[in-house]
Amino acid sequence: MSWDWQVFFQDTGSGQTYLNWMMSAWGWTLLVSGCSLVVALTVGSLMGILRTTPVKAFVWIGNAWTELFRNIPLLVQIFLWYHVIPSIFKSLQSVPDIVAVVIALGFFTSARISEQVRAGIQALPRGQRYAGLAVGLTLPQTYRFVLLPMAFRIVIPPLTSESMNIIKNSSVAFAVSITELTFFAMQAQEETSRGVEIYLAVTFLYFISAFAINRVAAVIEQRVKVPGMIGGGK
Amino acid sequence: MNLSFAFIDWNLISSFILKGFYFSVQLTLVAMVGGIALGTIVALMRLSGKKWLEYPAAFYVNTLRSIPLVMVILWFFLLIPLLIGRPLGAELSAMVTFTVFEAAYYSEIMRAGIQSVSKGQVSAGYAVGMNYAQCMRFIVLPQAFRNMLPVLLTQTIILFQDTSLVYAVGAYDLLKGFEVAGKNFNRPVEMYLLAAITYFIICFSLSMLVRRLQQKIAIIR
Repeated sequence: MSWDWQVFFQDTGSGQTYLNWMMSAWGWTLLVSGCSLVVALTVGSLMGILRTTPVKAFVWIGNAWTELFRNIPLLVQIFLWYHVIPSIFKSLQSVPDIVAVVIALGFFTSARISEQVRAGIQALPRGQRYAGLAVGLTLPQTYRFVLLPMAFRIVIPPLTSESMNIIKNSSVAFAVSITELTFFAMQAQEETSRGVEIYLAVTFLYFISAFAINRVAAVIEQRVKVPGMIGGGK
Repeated sequence: MNLSFAFIDWNLISSFILKGFYFSVQLTLVAMVGGIALGTIVALMRLSGKKWLEYPAAFYVNTLRSIPLVMVILWFFLLIPLLIGRPLGAELSAMVTFTVFEAAYYSEIMRAGIQSVSKGQVSAGYAVGMNYAQCMRFIVLPQAFRNMLPVLLTQTIILFQDTSLVYAVGAYDLLKGFEVAGKNFNRPVEMYLLAAITYFIICFSLSMLVRRLQQKIAIIR
């Protein structure tokens, strides 16, 4: 078999080349991943925090959320938000498709992030919480000024790998015809029969995207390190 | 819209859903056994201290772990026929793919497990005259395996969830079973909902069992 990279300069039949199409597909992958990451970090942190509070009802909600979204496959969750929810709540039918995917991927990942945030908070010595409360801070203030600043630094490495997982998991959006990289790969493979070249290019783009996140996270970790503490050095 | 589950009977379950369920379970078991076996070998290669074994193993693990599973499934579906000269079918192709893919993840778990066994144990093995292979076989691996059992099983639950991704090549798994039933009876919404409930019940009960096991194993450590 021989290489044929010219395939990327072929016209797709709609006035753009496969290269153009792939770049816009990459944009969709990054958009879906980015939005989902915001949802996942927000909801996941909230749920993780709830699970460490002394309020039993909050702990229950946090636990239930985590178990629910961790034990259903991502693809099934995407179908739930895409097919099931809009047919039960008619008013949601006009919502763009990508929103369903972002919610599904965001909530799915939030369950994993909630685990890590909880573990991060519980990794702190119990005395820190008591110290905060003892100097007269309210519980929310204790979280805001004492526990969370350290807990989030502890969980940067696992959050980094979750962020890289989001890029990978965004590929499941192909199933509801979001024109992201995997969807492009399947379509272009069928249209051009140059599967190897197309898959190589797409795989490479996934690589760089995940690697970029890895580097950004390393910079963040470096910026926020506390001297004398976890990885702070010296 | 009104959800209605009245159309569901044993006939539907046995002819559409069980067929998919059997395949999902089969795929999970094959990939678990094959993946742990292959993964252990890869982990041993990475810890062997010999560069010509270490680098290929590290390359294997890092590559597969940075590619989305759907892309890996597509890659194998494309490449296997090119290599063996005839199509293998979505089901068989999925089994090869999942074994190779999961081995990368299992190998990281086994590596951590092997590293969790203290060095003194290996020294003790050498002291009583065992060679490297015997040390691994009789001292290190049994303990590594036991220490990591909960993690290996948790990974298997994730693997079971991931089997739904064979959707990409059209293999008939549990999710596909629900989807086909939903199309045939024109009730896709109910079927997707049931699919979610089914997966949840299976995965949630399994993870509860793993948690129990973890507490039991934790006692001896």
